[in-house]
Amino acid sequence: MLAYVIRRIFIGVIMLLVMSLVTFVLFFASPVDPAQFACGKNCSPELREQARKSLGYPPRNQGVWESNIKGPANMWADFTKGIVAGRDFPADKEMREAAPQNVVHCSAPCLGYSQYSVKTVNTMVSAAFPITFSIALAAVILWVLFGVLIGVLAAVTKGSFIDRGIVGLSLFAYAFPAFFIGTFLLRYVAIKWGLVSVPSYTPIASGGPAKWAFNLMLPAITLALLYMASYVRMTRAFVLESLTEDYVRTARAKGVSGRVVLFKHALRAALTPLVTMAGLDFASVLGGAIITESIFNFNGLGKLAVSANNNYDLPVMIGIVLMAGAFVILANIIVDILYAFIDPRVRVG
Amino acid sequence: MSTATSSFLSVRDLKVHFPTADGIVKATDGLSFDLEKGKTLGIVGESGSGKSVSSSAILGLHRGSSAQISGEILLDGVDLLQVSDEEMRRRRGLDVSMIFQDPLSAMHPYYTVGNQLMEAYRVHNNVSKKAARVRAIEMLERVGIPQPDRRVDDYPHQFSGGMRQRAMIAMGLINNPGLLIADEPTTALDVTVQAQILDLLQDLQREFDSAIIIITHDLGVVAEMADDVLVMYAGKAVEYGPTKDILVRPEMPYTWGLLSSVPDVAADTSSKLVPIPGNPPSLLNPPTGCAFHPRCPHVAKVPGDLCRTVQPDLVTGRQGLGHLKRCHLADPDTVYANEVLPEFDPVLADELADELTAADSNEKGLQ
Ligand SMILES: Nc1ncnc2c1ncn2[C@@H]1O[C@H](COP(=O)(O)OP(=O)(O)O)[C@@H](O)[C@H]1O
Ligand code: SF4
Ligand SMILES: [Mg+2]
Repeated sequence: MLAYVIRRIFIGVIMLLVMSLVTFVLFFASPVDPAQFACGKNCSPELREQARKSLGYPPRNQGVWESNIKGPANMWADFTKGIVAGRDFPADKEMREAAPQNVVHCSAPCLGYSQYSVKTVNTMVSAAFPITFSIALAAVILWVLFGVLIGVLAAVTKGSFIDRGIVGLSLFAYAFPAFFIGTFLLRYVAIKWGLVSVPSYTPIASGGPAKWAFNLMLPAITLALLYMASYVRMTRAFVLESLTEDYVRTARAKGVSGRVVLFKHALRAALTPLVTMAGLDFASVLGGAIITESIFNFNGLGKLAVSANNNYDLPVMIGIVLMAGAFVILANIIVDILYAFIDPRVRVG
Repeated sequence: MSTATSSFLSVRDLKVHFPTADGIVKATDGLSFDLEKGKTLGIVGESGSGKSVSSSAILGLHRGSSAQISGEILLDGVDLLQVSDEEMRRRRGLDVSMIFQDPLSAMHPYYTVGNQLMEAYRVHNNVSKKAARVRAIEMLERVGIPQPDRRVDDYPHQFSGGMRQRAMIAMGLINNPGLLIADEPTTALDVTVQAQILDLLQDLQREFDSAIIIITHDLGVVAEMADDVLVMYAGKAVEYGPTKDILVRPEMPYTWGLLSSVPDVAADTSSKLVPIPGNPPSLLNPPTGCAFHPRCPHVAKVPGDLCRTVQPDLVTGRQGLGHLKRCHLADPDTVYANEVLPEFDPVLADELADELTAADSNEKGLQ
């Protein structure tokens, strides 16, 4: 088991390296000069050169990088080194020596420096991450809990009015654009009808868990509805399938009551694939819930990614892409380990 | 109650019909049989003949489904088709239990063997987990699981196929039920293990004095286990009687077909395997007349196209009371001895021919 975990982590690290390399290559293939963006609107060639040096980008002439291979390779190497050992900015040594008072240290794992925001990417990401994490956590709890409960209800009432209603509604919810639900909740439930106050993120540290949770309610519902529809349908299908299993028939033949047959025997088996799905979906939301964060103006990773994209703030984009990738890879490993605990057949021995 | 009977289990005109989009599937269509305590009934037939559906009906496993069930299932005088769902639930595993063909899929993969045995016990006995565990270990030991106090915490996949079936038997008998239904209990196992499991069932039957219904498509299993045999075809009994009668002087061509396709009944080098041609019929639109007629090589021996047009009744055969058959053939013994048996077992055929001649001259002598 341990050897397996180590192997998986090793493969994960390699995947991340490849991912970062691809991101860099794409970055260099772009016709846009990031130094131009980093330097701002009123940029002279000198200022742009300074920005380039400070970010550690290789020189570029008429939109084409000068040293074709060496440039990206060096930059990627610097970036990777920064992840492991930390880095100092500006990247250019002469600039650091000229103005030591302006040197910013970015400790490992250093994701880079945003010239645009005058902050390390780490600072920006660590400010945004708790917000995204909070929304994702609240949403995953909602969608798994209600998705499974409603799915089970549909399964046990299969073919009835209730079942058809649930299946129809979840299809409807599935087809509905998330921004519509989110906008509706914000505009009507919060602003127009005033049923709840307009949500704004409040950390547990400053407002306590109740306030934190209350403010997360609308964004979490928006995000959860998106996933819940598919969890309802998956749960329904899995439970219906496991109800036809031989071991469920055995349980009935033993004289076990219907409730125990459903929850102890049928649902137990159906939960395994659901837990796997939930883990992976949760991880993918951790990379940023772009629509939800934008509607409710929560400054999470999703919103950060959007603004980095608009500003061509490449260090931030690379940092977020890598983090999102790391979450998914990590979630895969965790889910696989979890699987061994849920399903005794996977366990070694 | 139409038939006053003293049998432990008495099934009368049992019908289990499934309405489907294409029509009604008559999986069980008028089945009757009796079984005493301590005795074994073998139900034989190819797959799809309605064996599992019929036996599941005894446990009330079709309740809550769309199945239409009629007839009587009298267990110790109580009609199981009339009791409430809750009452039926209480009887499952306590008065009647069932073990299934594939013990790997029939046991829950996520719970230990012990957990599943304990559950079976605690559903019907208000005892602590500890007491149930002791009972589970005791039963595992009884069915021959080595180191039962350790194996009780294993998961089903950690058991071998034979061990799993032993554990299933332990689970089925943990409440000492009067009736045990074993649905193809050895089909998924290899031959040596099959024999061990059958021996175990026989041992336990003697010990607990339970009635057993053993379902199989293997007449070899029937020969070893059963006191009575019921041969099923297309949801109906086509031959029913004491095992010896049915194996030695079967009177229905379908039974002949089953016998010819089982090499190990005769266990003779000269015997050979003759499979039944064709496939079992659809239970949606069963053939007219005798359901076996499309596959029966003896149709021509019955005058007037009766096989295709008139369904034969289940009537007493030539060996007297207790041996019932559903076939129009006027002289099945002769056909069997002269045409069927020589095909797959010449030695037995000679013996039977001698016996028949002797019986014949006896009859003549009496006249
Ligand atoms: N729930 C059901 N709905 C419709 N048909 C069914 C159902 N259950 C069983 N059958 C049909 O009943 C027939 C008999 O099945 P079964 O009793 O399992 O056969 P056997 O055990 O003899 O192999 C099969 O043709 C099967 O398709
Ligand atoms: S009734 Fe006719 S078709 Fe049916 S088994 Fe007898 S001989 Fe064959
Ligand atoms: Mg069957």
